[in-house]
Amino acid sequence: MSASATADIAATDAAMQGPTPGRDFYVRGEHHPENGTLLGFWLYLMSDCLVFAVLFACYGVLGRNYAAGPSGADLFDLKLVAINTGFLLASSITYGFAMLEMQQNHKGTTLFWLFVTGCFGAAFLALELYEFWHLIHEGATPQRSAFLSSFFTLVGTHGLHVTFGCIWLVTLMVQVIKHGLIPANRRRLICLSMFWHFLDVVWIGVFTFVYLMGSLA
Amino acid sequence: MKPFGRLFRALAIIPAFLALAGCEMVVMSPSGDIAAQQRDLVVISTVLMLLIIVPVIALTIAFAWKYRASNKDADYDPDWHHSTGLEVVIWAAPLVIIIALGAITWVSTHLLDPYRPLARLDASRPVPEGTQPLRVQAVALDWKWLFFYPDYGVATVNELAAPVDRPISFQLTSSSVMNSFYVPALAGMIYAMPAMETKLHAVINKAGVFDGFSANYSGAGFSDMRFKFHGLSQADFDKWIESVKASADQLDRAGFIELEKPSVRVAPRKYGSTPADLYDAILNRCVDSAKMCVKDMMRVDAQGGMGLAGLGNVFSLAYDQPRRQGAHVAPQARYVAAICTPEAPRDGRTVEAPIAAPLGKRASLEPSTSAGTARVASSN
Amino acid sequence: MTPAHQAPESVLFGRLSLEAIPYHEPILLATFAVAALGGIGVFAAITYFRLWAWLWREWITSIDHKKIGIMYMILGLIMLLRGFADALMMRLQQAIAFGGAEGYLPPHHYDQIFTAHGVIMIFFVAMPFVTGLMNYLVPLQIGARDVAFPFLNNFSFWMTTAGAVLVMVSLFVGEFATTGWLAYPPLSGIYSSPGVGVDYYIWALQIAGVGTTLSGVNLIATIVKMRAPGMTMMRMPVFTWTALCSNVLIVASFPVLGATLALLSLDRYVGTNFFTNDLGGSAMMYVNLIWIWGHPEVYILILPAFGVFSEVVAAFCGKRLFGYASMVYATVVITILSYLVWLHHFFTMGSGASVNSFFGITTMIISIPTGAKIFNWLFTMYKGRIRFDLPMMWTVSFMITFTIGGMTGVLLAVPPADFVLHNSLFLIAHFHNVIIGGVLFGMFAGIYFWWPKAFGFRLDPFWGKVSFWCWTVGFYFAFMPLYVLGLMGVTRRMSKFDDPSLQIWFVIAAIGALMILGGIAAFLVQIFVSFMKREELKDETGDPWNARTLEWSTSSPPPPYNFAFTPIVHDLDAWWDMKRRGYIRPTEGFIPIHMPKNTGAGFVLAVIATIAGFALIWHIWWLAVAGFVALVATAIVHTFNYKRDFHIPASEVVETEDARTKLLAARA
Repeated sequence: MSASATADIAATDAAMQGPTPGRDFYVRGEHHPENGTLLGFWLYLMSDCLVFAVLFACYGVLGRNYAAGPSGADLFDLKLVAINTGFLLASSITYGFAMLEMQQNHKGTTLFWLFVTGCFGAAFLALELYEFWHLIHEGATPQRSAFLSSFFTLVGTHGLHVTFGCIWLVTLMVQVIKHGLIPANRRRLICLSMFWHFLDVVWIGVFTFVYLMGSLA
Repeated sequence: MKPFGRLFRALAIIPAFLALAGCEMVVMSPSGDIAAQQRDLVVISTVLMLLIIVPVIALTIAFAWKYRASNKDADYDPDWHHSTGLEVVIWAAPLVIIIALGAITWVSTHLLDPYRPLARLDASRPVPEGTQPLRVQAVALDWKWLFFYPDYGVATVNELAAPVDRPISFQLTSSSVMNSFYVPALAGMIYAMPAMETKLHAVINKAGVFDGFSANYSGAGFSDMRFKFHGLSQADFDKWIESVKASADQLDRAGFIELEKPSVRVAPRKYGSTPADLYDAILNRCVDSAKMCVKDMMRVDAQGGMGLAGLGNVFSLAYDQPRRQGAHVAPQARYVAAICTPEAPRDGRTVEAPIAAPLGKRASLEPSTSAGTARVASSN
Repeated sequence: MTPAHQAPESVLFGRLSLEAIPYHEPILLATFAVAALGGIGVFAAITYFRLWAWLWREWITSIDHKKIGIMYMILGLIMLLRGFADALMMRLQQAIAFGGAEGYLPPHHYDQIFTAHGVIMIFFVAMPFVTGLMNYLVPLQIGARDVAFPFLNNFSFWMTTAGAVLVMVSLFVGEFATTGWLAYPPLSGIYSSPGVGVDYYIWALQIAGVGTTLSGVNLIATIVKMRAPGMTMMRMPVFTWTALCSNVLIVASFPVLGATLALLSLDRYVGTNFFTNDLGGSAMMYVNLIWIWGHPEVYILILPAFGVFSEVVAAFCGKRLFGYASMVYATVVITILSYLVWLHHFFTMGSGASVNSFFGITTMIISIPTGAKIFNWLFTMYKGRIRFDLPMMWTVSFMITFTIGGMTGVLLAVPPADFVLHNSLFLIAHFHNVIIGGVLFGMFAGIYFWWPKAFGFRLDPFWGKVSFWCWTVGFYFAFMPLYVLGLMGVTRRMSKFDDPSLQIWFVIAAIGALMILGGIAAFLVQIFVSFMKREELKDETGDPWNARTLEWSTSSPPPPYNFAFTPIVHDLDAWWDMKRRGYIRPTEGFIPIHMPKNTGAGFVLAVIATIAGFALIWHIWWLAVAGFVALVATAIVHTFNYKRDFHIPASEVVETEDARTKLLAARA
């Protein structure tokens, strides 16, 4: 029964008064409620969004407490981060291609674009790890100041999400190879797609508020 | 209306009961004007709310009694579930009360803001022109209170005194964890937090000895973190200050580092002299002058930090442990090292770590007087 | 437990050593002995009656929302016993530790007890009760067969239990936090609390929090997507409405708790500087963040209780709820406003008069919709025919008690008044007044109301009344003295007192606590007695109270599929409407019913999470890493399982429904 049927019932009920013997009180056949997976996943993403909100808030409050140490302007390599941003944005586009292919029911090309997406994701992670390694090597560790604590935590949490996204991507690719583009796999691909784009949006926030504004300060 | 009659008789007992207990209730019968105004607010708010609470409780009991299933005489209307008029009333009645209470809240919160200097000594007397408040700087330690009297250059532990009818201006901070400074007879509480300063203005109107304590749980010795507050006549206060000054004990930086170590049930102590800048150093966490003061750090940070050169500028203190139970298993705390200046020389008692030589953005550093108060720090 | 000479951490066991076992503390030793004996007894009984397979098949792996709901309630009840034991110990300590006497609990032990009491009562008593009730009822009330994500539901439950298990383990291995239930830094930081206590706190809440958040997502999706045809939003039962709002609050606040605790753990484990005193950290940040979760949390608990009272009042007054629409709007307004008041928990931090009055006034504004709700219940009673069965008794007791608690709450929202009452026993009295008088009374009303639905027999009223009066009277004895003590300037979390004139009040409070103990005991006796008399108290109709919502249209207990046919809803109070308009129960034409399959994955994941949490607490790094890898691997393996549902054959449905038809015919 769909939403419009619900509205119909509501409309006819308004007209009915008193005992009504002929009235239907149950669905005589099989009733299929709507699938809640996409809504549920959205809700999960919103809760995840709040985790990032907390980390952004911490960065907002603590991001200038350098403890007489270096600031973002001293540390950030904007070129590197710009390349990294490019990787992530490109991965979102290629994920979009994968979804288009999925809708055409092209298993092979879907897998190809997923693979490309995964490669971009991995490249992003590699560059981020390099950046972290470089900072820590220089002595700009998360322990040095509240600014660095909140920087590493915010960026690191995003990176952790991308890592899980990559693991999930590989898992899904195996599942698509194994079972094809069955409805369950399509639903999963849509969920991962939302997750992936969500991480992109968060990264745009990170890039703007942490790197750009940090470098300009 | 039988149930009502009974109810009112029952209600009449409550104030009588409260009056009986009232003689010991320090919050309801304080000795300082600020606490008295806060008490008045408690009473006014309660009365305002009783205007709606009492009818609700009475109606609950009355309806429960009247419409019990066994009472077949009562009306029964199973379909009555809406009444616009009644809906308006049940939303409007609390709204009216809250508007009144909200107005009182707005005004009283501003008037009784602990940061606001006093305008009156009590309901009938304004603060005389030109009165200097007694300045007290309070520090919450594990687990005792340290009070500085900057006007007299003395300090006490677990004993506080002030002359009757003279405004007191408190500055509060803490050395390790959050505490709350509370003398119920004097005024409401305010948190004392490390690296931050809070303020409290109050006045005591009656001579006497009152209880003071930390009202925010701060660890194992918390229950003993109490002191006596003495409200004294001006003459007695002068005598008291003289007795403090007469003490041979001095509280200097080294002495503070010793005092700061956790201890419980510390007997009141008087220090005949103490350096004028010690409180400021405690507030800024640089009693050990090898550490950079918070205010200086904030100044450096406001200029964009010290650059990569500042990276190695951290060190640990050998004497820094054990501070608390089991603290020997905790990692070493790390601090930012002070920039060595004539005003803050290395005193030789501390473990000094090598400081990276070139300090990039140091030029703009100048001595400052104010540290981050809680308000300022919260925006940082 | 302050190990004077703790050995350096070993690779194999981290900082865990035999010294972590508190064998030198008689109280803990006795508790352990009792718990161990009880555990062995239960274990032996299950083995003797060969119940392990049944337990695994029918309960542990069950994805049936009804069974999960019941398991939540059992978890809440068990933890209530633990949390209440802590309460009794505190009351006893405070009643005797006067004038130089130290009482029987040293500060280190006492501090753990009040911390554990708060954590357990909120996270592992109130939350499971509320979640359990929502789990059990929401699908039934909206005419669904299960929740939107049945596996996730099972997983959520076991994660909550995993958190509870970690708290219980802390009793016998190591120690619990000594920081108070919200673990404010710097006190909870590594320098002031270097032991495992705070780590137990962090990981117990973190693991349980995952479960709670996911269960929130699950129930929102259920309510939004799975309502029976015809059930528009404004035809949802009020309990479902409050459940929806409560779960929105869960999803919008628990991530904040998780993130905040994660930052605290980074400070403790990695040495970052979020909430430290030095190197730029700000402890005030933590206090703000934790209350941004903490204040919505109290509404997460109270809203479903409001829902229960709404259902109970309508059913037992034999009357439609007065002002359904305004009840719904009030609930939604409370939901939104609950995010704008967090600062009232720390007016005394020195935020300034304008900020303080803003948060004070927003807090007061919440009392308007809350007041409207009270009036709605009141006018539902008006011109009703009130049957004073146990659920209704609890409701009336709630209305009076909660009103008093609400009043003291608004009083505390006036910042200058809060300055003299903050952190005092007045505050303690206030929030027990609303949490016991609101949430717990609501849970009892709910348990008595829906017990016959869940188990097919009513609870024996005699012992229920004993329990009710013990609780109600005991509550007033236990907490009214605390109001007085608060006005006498007595602060919370004290383990001893100087002023002997206070003692009488503490003694009265202790007597009140003993009365409540009687109430709990009577409740347990009642369950036992009712179980023995279950034939006598049997409910065959499925609708023992002549109630109004859909869950009463099916049998007691409901069949696994809840409804043989999905109901169609035409009015608010759908079942009342069906009864009134000549609904005839279908007796033929049954078809196979599509249902989700049980799975052990949730249980396995939660066990691994418990082990990983334990390893993190004790710095057993290899085990933590292994646990983490195992978690991810298990989750991945689980996603390769595509066959997650099955059909209950029509013959089985016919059999179940025919049995009920016979039962109903025999009554008629």
